[in-house]
Amino acid sequence: MFTALLVMAGIALVLGALLGFASIRFKVKGDPLVDKIDAILPQTQCGQCSYPGCKPYAQAIAKGEAEINQCPPGGEEGIRKLADLLGKEFKPLSAEHGVEKPKQVAVIDESVCIGCTLCTQACPVDAIVGAAKQMHTIVSPLCTGCELCVPPCPVDCIAMVAVPETVETWKWRYPIIRLKEQAT
Amino acid sequence: MIASLFSFKGGVKPAAHKDESAQAPIAQAPLPHRLVVPLRQSAGGAPLPLVKAGQRVLKGERIGAPEGNFSSAIHAPTSGQVLAVEARMLPHPSGLSALCVVIEADGDERWIDLVPTNYMTESPDALRDILRDAGIVGLGGATFPSHLKLKPGATGRIETLIINGAECEPWITCDDRLMRERADEIARGIAILRHIASAERVLVGIEDNKPQAIAAMRAALATSEGVEVVPVPTRYPAGGERQLIRVLTGIEIPYGRYGTDFGVQCFNVATACSVHRAIDLGQPLISRIVTLAGNVERPGNVEALIGTPIDELLKLASPKADTDRTILGGPMMGFALPRTDLPVTKAANCILAASPALFPPQGAELPCIRCGACTRACPAELQPHELYWFSRAKNFGKAQEYGIFDCIECGCCAYVCPSNIRLVDYYRFAKSSMRALEREKAVADAARERFELRNLREEREKAEKAARLAAKTAAGRQAAEGAAAKAAGAPAAPQAASPEEKPLPALDEQKKALIAAAIARVETQKVGVQPRNTDNLTPEKQAEIREIEARRNKVRELAKTPPEEPI
Repeated sequence: MFTALLVMAGIALVLGALLGFASIRFKVKGDPLVDKIDAILPQTQCGQCSYPGCKPYAQAIAKGEAEINQCPPGGEEGIRKLADLLGKEFKPLSAEHGVEKPKQVAVIDESVCIGCTLCTQACPVDAIVGAAKQMHTIVSPLCTGCELCVPPCPVDCIAMVAVPETVETWKWRYPIIRLKEQAT
Repeated sequence: MIASLFSFKGGVKPAAHKDESAQAPIAQAPLPHRLVVPLRQSAGGAPLPLVKAGQRVLKGERIGAPEGNFSSAIHAPTSGQVLAVEARMLPHPSGLSALCVVIEADGDERWIDLVPTNYMTESPDALRDILRDAGIVGLGGATFPSHLKLKPGATGRIETLIINGAECEPWITCDDRLMRERADEIARGIAILRHIASAERVLVGIEDNKPQAIAAMRAALATSEGVEVVPVPTRYPAGGERQLIRVLTGIEIPYGRYGTDFGVQCFNVATACSVHRAIDLGQPLISRIVTLAGNVERPGNVEALIGTPIDELLKLASPKADTDRTILGGPMMGFALPRTDLPVTKAANCILAASPALFPPQGAELPCIRCGACTRACPAELQPHELYWFSRAKNFGKAQEYGIFDCIECGCCAYVCPSNIRLVDYYRFAKSSMRALEREKAVADAARERFELRNLREEREKAEKAARLAAKTAAGRQAAEGAAAKAAGAPAAPQAASPEEKPLPALDEQKKALIAAAIARVETQKVGVQPRNTDNLTPEKQAEIREIEARRNKVRELAKTPPEEPI
């Protein structure tokens, strides 16, 4: 009886020590869920979700503080992916946070630009080049189309232009089986 | 002599229909009035236009400069005037537009000064540059720049050069006619390619349904050491690059690797011919041979300038009245053109007139019955039915796991499918969607990194500013304490002057001293910032400056005194 108790206590101690060691040795740094959510978000850094960037929004979703339908650039597909990842129900995009738009980039009318640097300060991804009293221009491959540079411009010289489809970016359409054809 | 041929799995044997267009010799297409030359005609980046509207160009003049090393130059196909450099619709399944140079021919066909090169005295690197600048790309259909294919891969060298004369797709005979009529030119091109690649042996693979082409090539290459013409069994797609390499050498190239990594490289016979013209004659690639076939009265092959409108070419073969659409490429891999006034490009090997009788519309798509016919037919040894389900369900991860990128879109699976499923359409949809997702992901990753770097920079700048401010106030306080100590030593004059005023507390005293110190600092700075351009001057000039300064001071004094009352 006594030996059995000793043996059980011994095993419990050893396993406890092992578990304790493992919790220190294999501690997961950061929140893997946040990274997974962040990978789904479009990284526009536009702040339309009412958080200052995609990462903070991902953190808020992981904590359960934010809904999954607050990201207009991610669109319906993004919400579906988040719903899949988090095991939540799909919700349509919340109207107060904006509407889904086709991908666009900002374009500066360079003849109007006065070189005030307000847009360079607003750009979350440093995609605007320019110095004080010098003309600014947008590095369009880096532009995420977040529109954050548009309101600060004092002379309204920034326009949002939709990115056209080119031969390089064109996608084959999903094959459609016509019902008429099916009927014959 | 190679001992035995290897074989690839699968494949199909559709009716060849080659005799119709292979009878007549290659005709020269008449010079069109207007040519539309797309700038993007090869894999890789689009070349930059070198000409402007209104400019005159000569035949063979470069009009598009290769951007970076991963693209190939574009040349004016004839002499004339550039009418416009603008976006025009391309012969592409998307029907989208891209930058094209529109040239109005003047009919003179005046060439630029052609500079032939002796390939024996040039280094392979120099020859590759000539090929890039002559716009030589693979003419089998993929239009991959040839100079890139000649770079040695992981093994360091290309041991076996394979020349592709298989031409496996039904109806197409442009390579067949080329081999029959211009075998000598092809042989010269092969010699140059072999020299650049320093290849030990050359295998020319030709499908055994082209005995005249085999005989002509054998005659042309009879004197060449280490070059062998090998008839390969006729089975579609024996002319696929990976399939032909497999048949001739037994080497299987996995997805994402190139033939050069295994010491083999494959070139089309027409590419070899254009290599000969680029090096030996100095002529850039401005024309190609196009098969005109299908529902036409006079099928045949024509040599057409790049940029010739497709409908003008097709008229040469007189299409029959019941032609309802035009297919660019063969019946297996080609696509129906949205319009027929589009230009011939370097990739256009065949123009087929189609009629409902000749190419009956595919029946209604029925459910997959899991018969496995597609798996038996797949030359890439994939499981097309699995790929179909995953593509249809948009389960791209699984499709990639099942090797969808190994698919060469040859169309064998759709050809054998008893349920008439357009399998290749599903694969193309899945592949292009996956590529788009990858592009989006790369952009998102870059944006994330830039956003994080920007946040780091902002934090660092904030910290640096705070540190600077702290250092400044500490220095100021020290100076102030010194001044306050001095003030305490001196007699309290201001207090004596105004006895009613409360004595200022020590803190205010300190603040006052701080302000005084700051003013003193500004004063010394002002003194320090004298105009420097007065230092190295002649004594006369300095005297002049002193005079002017004196006058200025006088005026200042005058301005300070109140003006006298007018009388």
